[in-house]
Amino acid sequence: MLTLQFIPYKEIQSLSSEKRISKILNIVKNDKIVLLQGRLFPEEETTLIERTMEQISRSKFKGVEICTVMPNTNQTLIDKIRNSIASALLGNRDGVTIIGPASIVKEIKRDPDKILLFTKEAKKRRRR
Amino acid sequence: MIKVISDFIKRIFFQIFQDRSALKIGLYGPPNSGKSTLANKICKDWIGEEMSKVSNIPHETREIKIKEKITVKHKNKELTFNLVDTPGLATKIDYEDFVKKGMKAAQAKKRAKEATRGVIESIKWMDSMDAILVVLDATENPYSQVNITLIGNLVARKIPLVVVANKIDMKKAKIKKVEAAFPQYDVVGISALKGHNMEELYESIFKLIRER
Ligand SMILES: Nc1nc2c(ncn2[C@@H]2O[C@H](COP(=O)(O)OP(=O)(O)OP(=O)(O)O)[C@@H](O)[C@H]2O)c(=O)[nH]1
Ligand SMILES: [Mg+2]
Repeated sequence: MLTLQFIPYKEIQSLSSEKRISKILNIVKNDKIVLLQGRLFPEEETTLIERTMEQISRSKFKGVEICTVMPNTNQTLIDKIRNSIASALLGNRDGVTIIGPASIVKEIKRDPDKILLFTKEAKKRRRR
Repeated sequence: MIKVISDFIKRIFFQIFQDRSALKIGLYGPPNSGKSTLANKICKDWIGEEMSKVSNIPHETREIKIKEKITVKHKNKELTFNLVDTPGLATKIDYEDFVKKGMKAAQAKKRAKEATRGVIESIKWMDSMDAILVVLDATENPYSQVNITLIGNLVARKIPLVVVANKIDMKKAKIKKVEAAFPQYDVVGISALKGHNMEELYESIFKLIRER
């Protein structure tokens, strides 16, 4: 079964980086996919990787898949990174970050339409 | 736990005793991209010996490797630096992938565990680098999360970088795609294995250090 959990920006806004990451990881470790409104700082991404590695070495957890989806798909990678840094600094809530357990999310396509389909599919399945 | 402490001591030790004036150039990238092959190629070119083990199974490098005082000569110029080969960065590690490559389960689990520590070590060392060669496999999709996280961090941490699109000897290599993904950066296509285009890479390293 595939479950998605949406985390609105305001829910993590006031948390420290470390708390944000443990919140996300706890959900992912319960085999759920996190849909995070907005983006993490680059340093938060590396902290997320570090905490993930610690969990893998301790349990059966296989790790995470992360995917940042920007509303504008015509941007180059660097523009995306730039924008994500700039907007993270400004507290911009554009875009969405998807973080899921590696064992479930085999491949997340960098294409918002696909992700929309993907979430619909997931909702359908959840209702069953 | 003991491992964690000994790694910590090792790091502190390095930080105290390393030559502070020595430039540190790090090789970073996803697993299996050819970082160690490139480290060996650079070492063979200038000091006549190798420094790292290479394997077609990812996460072969699971500890930081440093080769000190490599002097590269290029067009009447000289540059001396410490070369740092790092464990490949990943967001996931599954020991079963190693089993599929023919390893016994116990050995695969051990490798996975060491690999997780290696990833953490790579991240911890990032800030101490003066410049980084981001080594990518040019036959793979450049838009991977590891690449995005890595470049994003180097930008945020103000560490100068060159993108090295490795394995251009392979038919599937798409250097244009790597260039399109990183238009703001110097992208150098090489084959670390065959030694193709190393001159251009050395040129880029000199430029990177000069403009730092
Ligand atoms: N065809 C081709 N293969 C290469 C090249 N460079 C490396 N390889 C191969 O790619 C595989 C991985 O090489 P490594 O140098 O061990 O890669 P790495 O980035 O150090 O990997 P980790 O230590 O696991 O992070 C090996 O089988 C190499 O022989 C290249 O330029 N061309
Ligand atoms: Mg290696």
